[in-house]
Formats: sequence, structure tokens, C-alpha cells
Amino acid sequence: MKPTAHALRGPALRKDAAAVLVLPRLRAPVVFGALALLFVSLIVRSVYLQWIDNEFLQSQGSARHSRDLEVPAHRGRIVDRSGEALAVSTPVKSLWAFPDKFESTPEQLAALAKILDTTPQRIKARLDANEDFAFLARQIAPETSARAMALSIHGLHDQNEYRRYYPGGEVTAHIVGFTGDHDAGQEGIELAQQQWLAGVPGSRRVIINRRSEAVEDVAAIRAPQAGRDLALSIDARLQYLAFRELKAAVDKHKAKAGGLVILDVATGEILALANWPTYNPNRRDKVARDRMRNRALTDVFEPGSTLKPFTIAAALDAGRIRPETVIQTAPGTMTIGSATIHDAHAEGALTVEQVIQKSSNVGAAKIALGLPRETMWQMFSESGFGASPQTGYPGEVAGRLRPAKSWRPIEQATMAYGHGISVNLVQLARAYTIFATDGELKPATLFLTDGHVAGRPVLKPQTARAVRRMLELVTQPGGTAPRAQVVGYRVAGKTGTAHKLEGRGYTNRYVSSFVGFAPASHPRLVVAVMIDEPTAGGHYGGIVAAPVFSNVTGGALRMLGVPTDAPIDNVVLPPDGGEIDEET
Amino acid sequence: MTRVNLLLLAVLVACALSLVTSRHQARRLFVELERAQGVARGFETEYGQLQLEQSTWGMPARVEKIAREQLRMQLPTSARTEVVALPAAPEATR
Repeated sequence: MKPTAHALRGPALRKDAAAVLVLPRLRAPVVFGALALLFVSLIVRSVYLQWIDNEFLQSQGSARHSRDLEVPAHRGRIVDRSGEALAVSTPVKSLWAFPDKFESTPEQLAALAKILDTTPQRIKARLDANEDFAFLARQIAPETSARAMALSIHGLHDQNEYRRYYPGGEVTAHIVGFTGDHDAGQEGIELAQQQWLAGVPGSRRVIINRRSEAVEDVAAIRAPQAGRDLALSIDARLQYLAFRELKAAVDKHKAKAGGLVILDVATGEILALANWPTYNPNRRDKVARDRMRNRALTDVFEPGSTLKPFTIAAALDAGRIRPETVIQTAPGTMTIGSATIHDAHAEGALTVEQVIQKSSNVGAAKIALGLPRETMWQMFSESGFGASPQTGYPGEVAGRLRPAKSWRPIEQATMAYGHGISVNLVQLARAYTIFATDGELKPATLFLTDGHVAGRPVLKPQTARAVRRMLELVTQPGGTAPRAQVVGYRVAGKTGTAHKLEGRGYTNRYVSSFVGFAPASHPRLVVAVMIDEPTAGGHYGGIVAAPVFSNVTGGALRMLGVPTDAPIDNVVLPPDGGEIDEET
Repeated sequence: MTRVNLLLLAVLVACALSLVTSRHQARRLFVELERAQGVARGFETEYGQLQLEQSTWGMPARVEKIAREQLRMQLPTSARTEVVALPAAPEATR
């Protein structure tokens, strides 16, 4: 048994020994190779991650722990000369959603509707109306938005916006203008001063924690630039006074439109600029563009008689006439070529002073025809007619002053009393600064100016003073505008009643105007009033526009605390019907 | 040699711990700053709204309406106005 057992065992043992010796020869390199391959692949992978795919991973990483925050910068305010706000931006919120990602329980929706003051049906309708994007509420108060967001409805987002408010409403609408979408100026000063007013929002990157709170500043990408405040030359109190009186006059005379400008004589600043019709810039959804026009700056009209003082001044300055020179105006008409010009009332021989006081067309035409047309043109041109007044308002017009070479005698005659030339109201008011000062034309501006502003000399001082005296006579009994008088102050000015030009001829519709200044002893304000197409209660400038001038000037001088320069019983009105009417 | 190493180790540990605390401090202060800035923004917003409110309430049109309708006030006519001349001409009132 034993040998058998041994015999059986022997070969088995030998076989084992052979296996131990043979197999490792292949196994070691294979294992080594496999491990080496693993290492190589790890190295390759890390190289790939570290250098090749680095950007993607970095951005993914930072997306999870850092965030870009917008730093808001709001639009500058527009204020009046004393700092009263005329346009202010306040932050508001808008709620929006991607309709396909919006999920809410009926209770949440009902709560949201209650907060937004609407119904769940309407919210649903809004979401269904547009597949991509829907605003659920626009420009709502931040507190309202915070309450809506507190419902934590999935897919509801809020965004910051600014809303512009205009406390002055319709009173200052035409000057300030308004902004459209994205806080961009669309009209008026908002448009003209967009660069100055607009803020540039900044942006910065921060690290956030798991509660999405910023925990560390990484980098400021862009510093925010706040918009700057802008001070206008407007005085809110005078603006309101001007607006109220203008509106009252337009209503009373059932006129189509009207405008009123108050200028500071010393600086040329526009203290008030009122227009009718107007609109409310805070609620302008359905306002016709027509009402938004700043007529005093962007519309022209034929000024009529308010231009006579310039003709007279040109002749006085050239030494052709003197204030007491007598002009024969009888029989109240004058024929030049095929055309005839008329006076509203035939007068006889008038002094130059009386030509202005009674507003004689024939007298003015005769004086004009005694002048070279270049002299007249130069007078008009140097007074600022035919050139944009450069107030800084967008869309202001230059009016029309044709070159002297093209004037025919009849045109020179009609231009003497303000026909065949077109101006805007601000130009007209500004031109009167040459009579309110000793012959200097002041630059008109809508922006706050410091101190005295030098003007451009246009007239000899003695000419300016002589015309100023004549203009004061206009408001005395025997003149065309006794109703322009103001209690306690001496005033001077000139009426205008111009037929409107339509198509190729003049119609029986009128533009009534009055331009004047006060106090006459030391003028502080120029006030220009224009009423377009008065249809009730008269149409003469002395009836329609002069009382507006009187109310506005009186109120303004009192508000500004200007010392009186006349006794309080200075107003002398002629008995009814004793006024001198004029046409043009 | 061992002593120097131990000393350096101690310094290293101290540095590491101070880094951790200062880092924590910085974050805490930053969060506080953020919050304060948020409050400041809130005040700014409120200031703007108050300004708006002030000028809306104070607009001459509204003041006049209330004076006329609720308080039944009137503008004095010239007949009811008395102008008082001051002894020295108040040239400075501008």
C-alpha cells in the first residue's frame, strides 16, 4: 500500500512545484503592465483636467460658489432753481416668469392674486398669452414684490427697475419731458441731458455661502456710476403761476393753444415756460403727441406788432429818426405796388413814440421803408431772430428770417410790423432783453446760472432807453395795452394781434400776444404771452394777452420780493371802450 | 535639531489657526458690511420716496387747491393790498 501511496503522491508533488515555477513568468509583467497603464491613464486624466479642460471646470466651480451681482446706479434728479424736485427716480420691482416653468398650488396663486390686486384667472391669462416670457406685474412697490416673493412660488422671479416720477405733473411736463423704457430720455430735458442724468450700473463678483449670502468680494468688474442731478433755471412757484394764468386765459378766450415765458433779465435764465395744451407725464399712455409739444420752443408764429420796436430801434440807432419825429399815417392805409396795408384805426400825424403806443402799421412801414433793408435785417438777426435760441432744449426751432437781398419793398414794409418773419416765443422774449437792458442781448438758457451773465451789445444805450420809454407808453391810457399795468410797478411792453397765415393767405384767425418787462425803472423780468386763436371775448393782444401779462408779472415780482417803483394807485384804466385796438 | 523642529511645528500650527480665525472673521465682517450696505440702500430708496412725497404734497397746484377749497382762502385783490415802504430801500432782497 505504501509504495502505491507514495507512487500516487510523487507525481502530484512534482506537478505543484512545476506550476509555482512556470506561471510567475507571465503574471508579473501583466500585473505590472496593468498597474502602469492605470497610472498612465491617471496622469493623462489629470493632465486633461488640469490643463486641457480647465476652463470649463473652473467656470463650473465658480458658478457654484461665486456670483455676479449688479450694483444699481440710479438716474439723477431734475430739480428747479431752489432744489425742488421735478423728476425723481425711485426703485420699483417687476415680477416675471417663464410660463412653462411656473408651478404653483391654487392656494399660492390665490394669495399672489390677492397681493397683486388681481384675480387668479387674469394671472393665468397673462401666463398663457406668451409662451416664452411673461410679466406678472410691472413697476410695483418693493414691499408688494417682497410679499409676493415670500410665497416662494416656483418659477416666479423679480427684477429691479426704476420708475421716474414727475411731481410737477402737467405744469412742468413740457420742460422736463419724460423717459421711456430702460430709463432712456425720450422728450425734453430728459432727452437732451441723457448723458448727464443717466447712471451706469456696476457689477461685482462675490463668493456666496449655501444660503446664497455674499461672504467675500472677489472682484469689482465695473464700478457703478450714479447719474448726476441737474438744476434747471425754472422757478417752480413762478412756473405754476405762469401755468395757472395761461390756462385761465386759454379757457376764457376758448383758444386753441397758448404759451408763456418768463426770463430773468440779468442772466437770461428761463424762470418759467408754460404751454397749453399739456399732459400728465406720469400717466401718458393715451396722450396725443400733439399735446407733448413744447410750443414755446418748437413752434413758430408770425409775431405781428411785437416786432415793431425792433424796426423803430433800427431806425433810431441808425439816426434816421428821433422819438419825437412826426410821421404822417393818415389816411390809415398805404399802398405799395399792388398791396395795401391798413391801420386798425386811422390816425393822423403821429410821433415815433405814438406809432409804438398806438401800434400804427402805416407808421412802422414808413419808418422801415426809410431804412436800407440790410440795416433792418441786421437788427432782426442781431436780436436773435432766424437763429436757434440755444437754450439746450431738443428740437427748438430757428424761425425764418429771409436774407435781406430777397426782400421786396412790400415785404420790407410788412416785416416792419412782424409779418413775413416767423419766431418762437422764447426767441421773442429773449429779443426783448435788448430793451430791458441797455441794449444787450442775453443768452436764453434753461439751466441754472450763477450771477450776472454778459450779453452781446446790439443797441446804443440811449436807443434802448428811448424804446423802453415808448414801450412804457403802450401800457398807459392812450396805448394799446392799459390792461397790462401792474399795481405798484411800472411796466413796459408791446401788444401783437397777428392774422394767422394758412396756406397762401391770411385768415381771420389770430395770434394774440404781449411781450413786456418790469419794473420799467430797473427791469428784472421779461414776460412773453402768446394766445393762439382766441375765439371768445375778443382777440386783440391788449385784451387777451395783456391781462395775463399783468397777473403773471405782478405775482412774480411780489414773489421775488422786487421793490415797487410806483405808487399803489398807479393803475389808470381808461373808461370801457377807450382802449386803442390794433391789428398785427 | 528636534527641538527646533518642534518649535517650527508649533509656529506652523499657530499660523494655520490664526489664518482660519482671521478668514472667519473677514467673512463675518463682510456679511455685516453687506447687511449694512443693504440697509443704506434701503434708506436711500426711502429718502428718494420721501423727496418725491415732499414735492408731490408741496406742489403749488395742490397747495392752492386746498387753500381755496378747504380753507376758503382768497388771493387779496390790489384794493385790499397795502404796500409798506421800508425806510431804507431793501436793495439786498433778491
